[in-house]
Amino acid sequence: MSDRATVFETVTRQIEPFNKKQVALTEATTFQGDLEWDSLTVMDFVAAIEDEFDIIITMNMQAEIETIGQLVDAVMSLKA
Amino acid sequence: MTEAAATADALPASPAEVAPERDLFTKFDALIAEREALMATGVRDPFAIVMDEVKSPTLAVIKGKETILLGTYNYMGMTFDPDVVRAGKDALDAFGSGTTGSRVLNGTYSPHKDCEEALKEFYGTSHAMVFSTGYQANLGMISTLAGKGEYVILDADSHASIYDGCALGNAEIVRFRHNSVEDLDKRLGRLPKEPGKLVVLEGVYSMLGDIAPLPEMVAVAKKHGAMVLVDEAHGMGFFGPNGRGVYEEQGVEDQVDFVVGTFSKSVGTVGGFCVSNHPKFDVMRLVCRPYVFTASLPPSVVATAATSIRKLMHAGEKRAHLWANSKRLHGGLKDMGYTLGTETPQSAIIAVILKDQTQAVALWQSLLEGGLYVNMARPPATPAGTYLLRCSLCAEHSAEQVETILAMFKASGQAVGAID
Repeated sequence: MSDRATVFETVTRQIEPFNKKQVALTEATTFQGDLEWDSLTVMDFVAAIEDEFDIIITMNMQAEIETIGQLVDAVMSLKA
Repeated sequence: MTEAAATADALPASPAEVAPERDLFTKFDALIAEREALMATGVRDPFAIVMDEVKSPTLAVIKGKETILLGTYNYMGMTFDPDVVRAGKDALDAFGSGTTGSRVLNGTYSPHKDCEEALKEFYGTSHAMVFSTGYQANLGMISTLAGKGEYVILDADSHASIYDGCALGNAEIVRFRHNSVEDLDKRLGRLPKEPGKLVVLEGVYSMLGDIAPLPEMVAVAKKHGAMVLVDEAHGMGFFGPNGRGVYEEQGVEDQVDFVVGTFSKSVGTVGGFCVSNHPKFDVMRLVCRPYVFTASLPPSVVATAATSIRKLMHAGEKRAHLWANSKRLHGGLKDMGYTLGTETPQSAIIAVILKDQTQAVALWQSLLEGGLYVNMARPPATPAGTYLLRCSLCAEHSAEQVETILAMFKASGQAVGAID
């Protein structure tokens, strides 16, 4: 499995506890539109992702991330 | 001027309807619908209260009804202090109604400098800078201190003015879980070492009325080489031997780089400030846009503030009475079965947590009809999506008034089913 595929899998695993509507998770799934997360859920989820990968996703970066694919890209670049 | 010219200049009385996809107001439709649904149930609008008469720091007349005020942040009850009112009237006579200018141009009068002197005396610092509001003090300090490539690290429950200060500036913004020393440490540890960092904390968090563990948080910030700004908006006046705030009470005065505060709570008027011992602090007057590009406070306002601040230095008895009030109200509400924002009374704010908006508005309205005003607070201002009624006590509330308040909470709480 490629690095990216591993990150994608880890990210989706972290989404599951917050995926109350059991939305199917793809690269294009959006956090606000599809998962319907409010700002508090986003905050808890971001903290979980940061701890998982030992990175910081600043609020400036978070503002640019709308889909799971974009988050995976961001994690890849922060880990690099 | 002719009639025709007058009408030509006016906005149209009934503007043509804008197509929804082009109407900039469409994004507010959900909020408008939520409010209309709430109002349709026949409740009064919690965000449109008018005080027709204000009789004292603790008493007003609302729609003809004499009402005890328990949601004003007027902690030390200075608004009707005779010396404070006198100072304002004298300055109004001597200096006029306003400055019509920026602090750095024509808007600094001797009362502005005197007010900054009063702050330096109160805080024991070498520098003090007065802003037009507390909101602007945070906006200005945070957006100016941390520049591009630098970091602001803030508590998730920070006040809107802190978030807005971050949004106005160009720094990278990182937030940590509310009051979590471990989370702050972890996040600071993950940031690159070189860039400058500003950790922003509050002494008292105003929604739930809880205080910060400042010694631990400041130690962590210093360990990672960050400067520290503490907002003492809700701490000034009654924490610490000199009333400077939670940071004084907890003994970290020598480690905090900047203290931000407001005149619109314990001081009893309007305005904001930052105090510091940083040797280069005064350059802020030239580079801080929310300080430069706005008009200064009216001289009467800074004169009342200066008088009030100097009186607060010797307000030990008032502080003791305010604490007694806070403890009694907290204990009484807890005994009735209310869920409160903190297990123990930590400040002069006591937050009553309700199960939803309907219950919160029902209790709020019942209290108001009985003659008690409290703040209603809802998301996104509140943490964790809670609906709450926020009570803030005043040193001028008498012990009897606190008992009356408790009786009102009991009657209204039972009437709306918030308590058994």
